[in-house]
Amino acid sequence: MNSFFERRYIVAGIFIAFILVLLGRLFYIQVVDDRYALYASQNVVRKMIQYPARGPILDRNGKIMVQNEPVYDIMVIPKQVTAFDTVEFCKLLGIDREGYDKRIIKARKYSPYRASVFEKQLSAQLYASFQERLSEFPGFFPQQRPVRTYPDSAAAQFLGYIGEVTDPIIKRSGGYYSPGDYIGITGVEKSYETVLRGQRGVQNWMVDSRNVRKGTYANGAFDTSAVAGDRLVSSLDMNIQKLGEALMRNKVGSIVAIEPSTGEILAFVSSPTYDPNLLVGRERGNNAAKLYKDPYKPFFTRPVQALYPPGSSFKPLSALIAMQEGMITPQTVYVCRGYYQSGNRRIKCFHNEVHGAVSLSQAIAHSCNGYFDMVFEKLVNRFGARNIDTGYNAWRNNVAKFGLGGRLDLDMPSESRGLLPKAAFYDKIYKKGGWRSSTVISLGIGQGELLATPLQLANIEAVIANRGFYYKPHLIKAIGEKQVIKHEYTVRNYVGVDSQYFHPAIEGMQQVVDFGTAAGSKIPGIIMCGKTGTAEVKNKRDNSVFVAFAPRDNPKIAIAVVVENSGQGATWAAPIASFIVEKYLTGKISTRSSGINPDYYMNANLLPPPVLSAADKRQLRLDSVKKAQADSVSKLKLKAASNKLPQKAPVSKPSAMLPKRKDDELQ
Amino acid sequence: MSYNNNQQRSFFLNVDWVTVLIYLSLCLVGWFNIHAAVFDENKPSILDFDTQYGKQFIFIVSGIIIGTVILLLESRFLSALAPAIYVVTVILLILVLVVGRGVGGNQAWIDLGGGFKLQPSEFAKFATCLLLARYLSATNVKVTDPKSFLIAGAIILLPMMLIKMQPDDGSTLVFCSLIFVLYREGLSPYFLIIVGLLITLFVTSLIFNSWYVIIAIAIATTLIALSIKRNRPLIFKLIIGAAISIAFVFAVKPLYNNGLKKHQRDRIDVVLGLSKDKKHVGYNQNQSKIAIGSGGAWGKGYLQGTQTKYAFVPEQSTDFIFCTIGEEWGFAGSVVVLGLYLFLLLRIIMIAERQRAPFSRIYAYGAASVIFFHVLINIAMAIGLMPVIGIPLPFISYGGSSLWSFTILLFILLKLDSNRMGVIYG
Repeated sequence: MNSFFERRYIVAGIFIAFILVLLGRLFYIQVVDDRYALYASQNVVRKMIQYPARGPILDRNGKIMVQNEPVYDIMVIPKQVTAFDTVEFCKLLGIDREGYDKRIIKARKYSPYRASVFEKQLSAQLYASFQERLSEFPGFFPQQRPVRTYPDSAAAQFLGYIGEVTDPIIKRSGGYYSPGDYIGITGVEKSYETVLRGQRGVQNWMVDSRNVRKGTYANGAFDTSAVAGDRLVSSLDMNIQKLGEALMRNKVGSIVAIEPSTGEILAFVSSPTYDPNLLVGRERGNNAAKLYKDPYKPFFTRPVQALYPPGSSFKPLSALIAMQEGMITPQTVYVCRGYYQSGNRRIKCFHNEVHGAVSLSQAIAHSCNGYFDMVFEKLVNRFGARNIDTGYNAWRNNVAKFGLGGRLDLDMPSESRGLLPKAAFYDKIYKKGGWRSSTVISLGIGQGELLATPLQLANIEAVIANRGFYYKPHLIKAIGEKQVIKHEYTVRNYVGVDSQYFHPAIEGMQQVVDFGTAAGSKIPGIIMCGKTGTAEVKNKRDNSVFVAFAPRDNPKIAIAVVVENSGQGATWAAPIASFIVEKYLTGKISTRSSGINPDYYMNANLLPPPVLSAADKRQLRLDSVKKAQADSVSKLKLKAASNKLPQKAPVSKPSAMLPKRKDDELQ
Repeated sequence: MSYNNNQQRSFFLNVDWVTVLIYLSLCLVGWFNIHAAVFDENKPSILDFDTQYGKQFIFIVSGIIIGTVILLLESRFLSALAPAIYVVTVILLILVLVVGRGVGGNQAWIDLGGGFKLQPSEFAKFATCLLLARYLSATNVKVTDPKSFLIAGAIILLPMMLIKMQPDDGSTLVFCSLIFVLYREGLSPYFLIIVGLLITLFVTSLIFNSWYVIIAIAIATTLIALSIKRNRPLIFKLIIGAAISIAFVFAVKPLYNNGLKKHQRDRIDVVLGLSKDKKHVGYNQNQSKIAIGSGGAWGKGYLQGTQTKYAFVPEQSTDFIFCTIGEEWGFAGSVVVLGLYLFLLLRIIMIAERQRAPFSRIYAYGAASVIFFHVLINIAMAIGLMPVIGIPLPFISYGGSSLWSFTILLFILLKLDSNRMGVIYG
C-alpha cells in the first residue's frame, strides 16, 4: 500500500512552497513597502483645524468698533436622529415640513455619520427657545460661530469687510487658506489680516472607519491650540467719526482728520457710506449686490481713492516753499488788480474781487489768486524762463516733500498717489520748450493737473501744524496687548521748510477763519487756522474744500473736508470742518455767532444726479417699456371696470444706502 | 501483548502532544487577536462573555472538552460510523437549504434555538474526510481504477454541490483540496499538473492578450517537443495537450464572463489588478492590505492596531482576523503564525506516514489538505494574492462552528494516531 510513499515529499513540498509564497508577500508589504504605513495614518488621523476668534478693533478711546458676536448654526447627524415631534421642531425653527425633509435629505447625502449644518445663523432669541428643548431632538445640536458685528454701524470703509476666500487667494496663500475660510477683503480687515486672524490650532484626531472621533493622536503630542487674533486699537475717534458721517449724509465727499503730533487718523469719513452690518449674516449676498450697483459707489474709499484738485487750499503750501526758496519774504507785497497777467493769460481773482496791495498773510486770508500766481511764476522761473524744466521740477520736488503725488503708505489697501506731474509730462504734451510758466500757471492755485486725495490734503495741514514735519498717517495705533506701534510711525518726515517760515503762513490761515473767507465757521474760544478751496471741476459745480488745523498753538487736529460739486469751500466744507474740530477739542458743539448749526448740514441733500452706466440706462429703458405695457394692460382692464384713470407710479430715485442711526447719538 | 498493555495502561501517553501544543497555541493566538480586533473599551476584560473574545474563550474550552471526548472514543467507532456521519451531514446540508438562516447572503446556518446556530458545511469537511478514508482504505479499492476514482470523486462532489447551492464559494473550494489525498493514494500526477496548468492559463489569459498566451504555449510546446525528440506517442500527446490548452485560452473569456457572477468577477479583477476600485469591491482587500502592511517588521503592539481597532477592516474577527495579527505583531507575528501552521501540516504528514492503517493515513492527509487550503486561501485573500473568499482561518478565526469542526477534524486524527500501535480496523 505504501507504493506512493515518496509522494509525501511532493505534498510537503507543495505546502512549504505556498507558505513561503505567503511569507514572501508578507515580507514585501510589511517590511519592504512602506506605503501602507502612510495609508494607515491617512485612514486614521484627521487634522482638525481650530479656528481662532478674529481680533476685535477698538477706537482710540477703547470703544468697540467691530467685534465678534456668536450666532448659532443648528447641526444634525442624520444617523442619530430618532423619532420626535417634528411638527413642534419645525415650529420652533420657523420652517415647514417640506423644508425639514429637504434639509435632512441634504444632510444625509453629505454623510449620515458626520455633522452638517441644518439651519444657519439662528438669532439669539430663536436659539434660546430652541435650546431649552434640545434634549427632545436627538441628533441635533447647536454650534457656535462668530460673525463680525459693528455696534455703531460706522466707519465702514475704514474697517472694510471680510469674505470667503477665492481660489486665487487660496493659491497665493500657499495652502494657508482653504475653501470656506474668511479673509479681510478691504480696509483694515485686509491690511491687518495677519494680525487679526490669529493663529490656527491643529488637533490630530483618531477616527474610525465612519469618521467618528475616537480620541487624540499620540496623546495630543502634535496638537496646537488656536490663538485668538490680536486686538487692534485704531486711532479713530468714534465721536467725530459718527458726527462726520452724519454731517456728510446725502453728500458725496470725504473727511480726514489727523492728530499732527502723532500722525494718527482721527476721522476717516467716506460718503456716501453704508452700514457695515449689512455685509454680515443671511442677507449678505443681496446687500452686497445692491451696494455694488449703487451709483454713488459706497465701497469707494474716498479718503484715499478719490482725487480732487486742492484749489486754493494749496496756497499756504506755495507760500511756504517760496519763502524757503527765497522767492518772497513775509513782507512781500503784491498789488492785485483783480487778475494776474501771465504771458497772454489772465487769471481772475475769485468773484472778480480786487484785493489791492496784499501781504502774504492777507493774500492767504482773502485767497488772492494773483499773489500766488506771482509766487508760482517766481518759483518755476527761478533758473530763468528758458530753464522751465529745471525750475518746474525743483518746484515739484518741493511740493512732493509734503506728500503730494505719492503714497503716504497708509496702513490700508488701494491708496492712490494723486497727481503731481513731472516736467516730462508737459514736454510730452507741448513738446520740449513748448511750454512756459504761463502754460501751467493754474498749478499755482491748486488747479490744473494737480490732484490730491483728502488724506494728502489733511497731511499737509499736519505739516503746517507741526511747523515743518509730519508723521506718517496711520489708522492703527496699537496691536494687541503690547500696544506695539510700528517704528515707521515714530519717524519725523521733514518737508524741507524751516520752521521760521511757518509763522506768516499760519498767521494768514488764522485770518482766513477770523475774518477771511471762512469767517462764518469761526469757533468760539478756539483759534482755528484754515484755508478754503473752491476747486473747479470740469462741467460740474465746484468742489467745496476746506483744510485746517486747531488750535493754532500746540495743534491737536488737522483736517481736510471735501464736499463734491456743492459750491464754495466756505459754504459747506468749512462749517463741517469747524463742527468736527470743536467736537473733538471740547466734546460739544456750541452756538455760533454766525448762526450755523449742525442740523442744517446734516439734513442738506447735495447729492448730484447719479451717473448711470450704459447698462443701467438700458435697464431703465427696458423697465419703462415694460411699465408702459403693464400700464396699458391695466388701463384696458380698468377701462372695462370703470372710467378711472390709471395712477402714475412715482419715479423711484436711486439713493445711497445709509446706516439707520438715531440722531441723539450724535451729540 | 505489550503494545496493548501499554495502550491500556497510559492512554494519554500515546497522544501526539506536540500537535496538541500547536493546537492550543493557535487557539490562544486566535483568542488574543479577537480581543484586539473587536476590543470594546467599555468591556476591556478578555473574559467578558458579552463580547466575541469572551465567547471565543467558551468555544475554546468547549472545543478542548470535545477533543477530550473524541480521544476517549473507540477508534473502531470512528471508522464504523463514517458512513452514518456522512449521511447525517448530507441531510443537514439539504436541510439547511430549506430551513437555513441567511448570514451575509449565504444560507449556511441552522438555528438550534437558544442562541445556538449550526453550520453544517463546517462539519461536512471531517465527515467527507472520514468517508473518503473509509472508502479508499478498502482492500479492493485503487484510485487508479476509474470506477473507484469516480466513487471517491462522488463522495467529495456531493457535499460540494450542496454547499455551492447555499451558496458558499469558500467552503466549496475547500473540498478541492482533497485532490492531495487522491494524489497521495495513487492518482496520476498529471491531474495536479493539469489543474496547475489550467489555473495558470486562466489567470494569464485574463491579464494578457489571448494571442500572447497562445504564442507562449506554442513556444513551450516546441521546446518540450525538441527535448523529447524520438518519442512519437509522447509528442502526439503533447500536441493534443497544446491544442486543448489553446482552445481553453479562447474559452476563458466567455467562461469568465458567463460562468461567474458579477461579484465574483469583480473580486478577481481586483486581485489581478484589472480593476483599480478601492472604494467598493476593492475596499475590504485594500483596507486589509493597509492594516497588515502598516504593521511593519515588529508590529504596533497588542491593542495598538489602529486600522483594526477603528473598524477599517470588515469581518476582522472572522475572515480577516489575520489583519490584526499582521498589524499588531508585524512580520514577526506573521512568521510565527505561518510557522505554526507549517509545523502543524508537516507534523500531520509525519503522523500520516507512521500509520499502519490506510484509513488513518488517508484521513490524516484529508485533514492536512483541508487545513492547508483554509490557511492558504484565507491569508492569500487578506494580503491580496487571491480574490476575497470568505473562509475562516483554522483555530484562530472567531466562531464556534468553525473552531469545533477544526478541533474535531484534528482530534479524530490524534485519536487514530494514539491507536496506531493497536488493531487495524476497516
